[in-house]
Amino acid sequence: MNRFEYRKLKNTLASGLALACVILALIPLVYILAGVVMKGAPALSWEFLTSRTAGTGEPGEGIGNAIVGTLLLVFYASMIGLPVGILTGVYVSEYGNNKFGTTVRFFNDVLANFPSIVVGLLAYALVVAYLNVGFSLIAGSFALAIIMIPIVANTTEEALRMVPNSLREGALALGVPRWRTVLKVMLVNGRAGIVTGALLGVARIAGETAPLLLTSFYSSYWSFSPAEPIASLPLTIFRNYNSPSEVLLQQAWGAALVLIVIVLALNISVRLLMRKNKRRPKAVKNRWMTRLPLKG
Amino acid sequence: MDDKIATKGLNAYFGDVHAVKGIEIHIPKNAITAVIGPSGCGKSTLIRCMNRMHEVVRGARVTGEVLLDGHNIYGSQVDPVQVRAKVGMVFQKPNPFPTMSIYDNVVAGLRLNGEKDWKKLDSAVQRSLKLAALWDEVKNQLDASGVSISGGQQQRLCIARALAVEPEALLLDEPCSALDPIATAKIEDLLFDLKQRYTIVIVTHNMQQAARIADFTAFMYMGELVEFGVTKKIFENPDKELTEKYITGRFG
Repeated sequence: MNRFEYRKLKNTLASGLALACVILALIPLVYILAGVVMKGAPALSWEFLTSRTAGTGEPGEGIGNAIVGTLLLVFYASMIGLPVGILTGVYVSEYGNNKFGTTVRFFNDVLANFPSIVVGLLAYALVVAYLNVGFSLIAGSFALAIIMIPIVANTTEEALRMVPNSLREGALALGVPRWRTVLKVMLVNGRAGIVTGALLGVARIAGETAPLLLTSFYSSYWSFSPAEPIASLPLTIFRNYNSPSEVLLQQAWGAALVLIVIVLALNISVRLLMRKNKRRPKAVKNRWMTRLPLKG
Repeated sequence: MDDKIATKGLNAYFGDVHAVKGIEIHIPKNAITAVIGPSGCGKSTLIRCMNRMHEVVRGARVTGEVLLDGHNIYGSQVDPVQVRAKVGMVFQKPNPFPTMSIYDNVVAGLRLNGEKDWKKLDSAVQRSLKLAALWDEVKNQLDASGVSISGGQQQRLCIARALAVEPEALLLDEPCSALDPIATAKIEDLLFDLKQRYTIVIVTHNMQQAARIADFTAFMYMGELVEFGVTKKIFENPDKELTEKYITGRFG
């Protein structure tokens, strides 16, 4: 074997190994997806999607209230978590070149890796017990928001750091105040990354189970009140999977499928929205063409 | 001749690095002043001190004074935002805002500062693009993205953008280093016209460029101002040996 052949062999081995690892990593993903679709799809029906979950001892009917519950939880959590997270990211990236900024960044990283059950405990202690709200939608949303904040803050910071410094300086050099530069130049140019971060945060909290156990608890009824316990897809899966009933077990798989579809749909819709926004505005041209004579 | 910009004992630092060392320079009004010197000698830092852009870099600080029409722009009552509106800046790499159209790029400084009157904006676009000798090339594609035009056009767009906020002086940091000779010649012609209205300071690595367009030339080395004077004198009969060595290409 000459050196060229030897080098080719090494190349083949290395790329083969990399490919093998990719396949290895994909197997569980495909296995889970296929399993959820195969076991969950038979459970799906209009009634399943629109009826409420079974109470203790009742025959199962559906997961309608759990779907609504999860959407409400995610919505309220996003209302708290997205603004706080994005503004934290903006602060750390644009104004955080000091000790305080470094501290915030550190605690953000700590919080991002916090066990979610501990966040649930905190929300329980603060909202459920101390503020005496009881198990409720708002307590669950509070816990989910806390999980969401560091994820959104970190990705926002990262997105803003990816915006070329020349754009920041270009705006500042025009005599544009710092805050307007951030708002109109940095956030606009970093929006793809920020939206991705927001999406990651939403996807993450949509599937959270542990913090909900101690906060939003569970309900087998339709509920929309922020102060009442509310059903959620992850907890429905958790409850049904532990029940002896075959029907309920089947429903757990169905709920898992619905949860995956919701997260996926969120993902795709936001991505489509972003692509639409990329097209440049037409308004400028029209206004210009109609208003100004184009004399040289 | 009047000084537009003058520095008094100006020192600039990046953390512990002393980039500009005790510079005293007088930039004459309505003339082009070139700043030359080898890489890392503090040319860019010097002009960035003249519109308070130096301090936006992390760990950067300035001591001493920079007088704009006799007023210290580092005074405690002075708003750096106001200074930057008066003293515009064009950077080495063309940096039009990619999310904005050509039109919006030109009036970015006005719109981001709250100007909403379309008549004013329209006339600012036309006036600035004409001043920047770009109007004829882009007048039919004002809605195109600011980054869809060529590099030379982008740089002139950045000049138009800087002129739209009606500054009194214009600082250019190696504006032609990323451009081809034709685009460079266009920008040089443009600067030559602009000096009737504006005070221009240009940092350049290209000594022919300095010789061609500058009325005055400053030579910097290792953060210090070695020599400053009329361009012809600096290039033909410099006082300092170091200047002559650099001009004749024996170092740097």
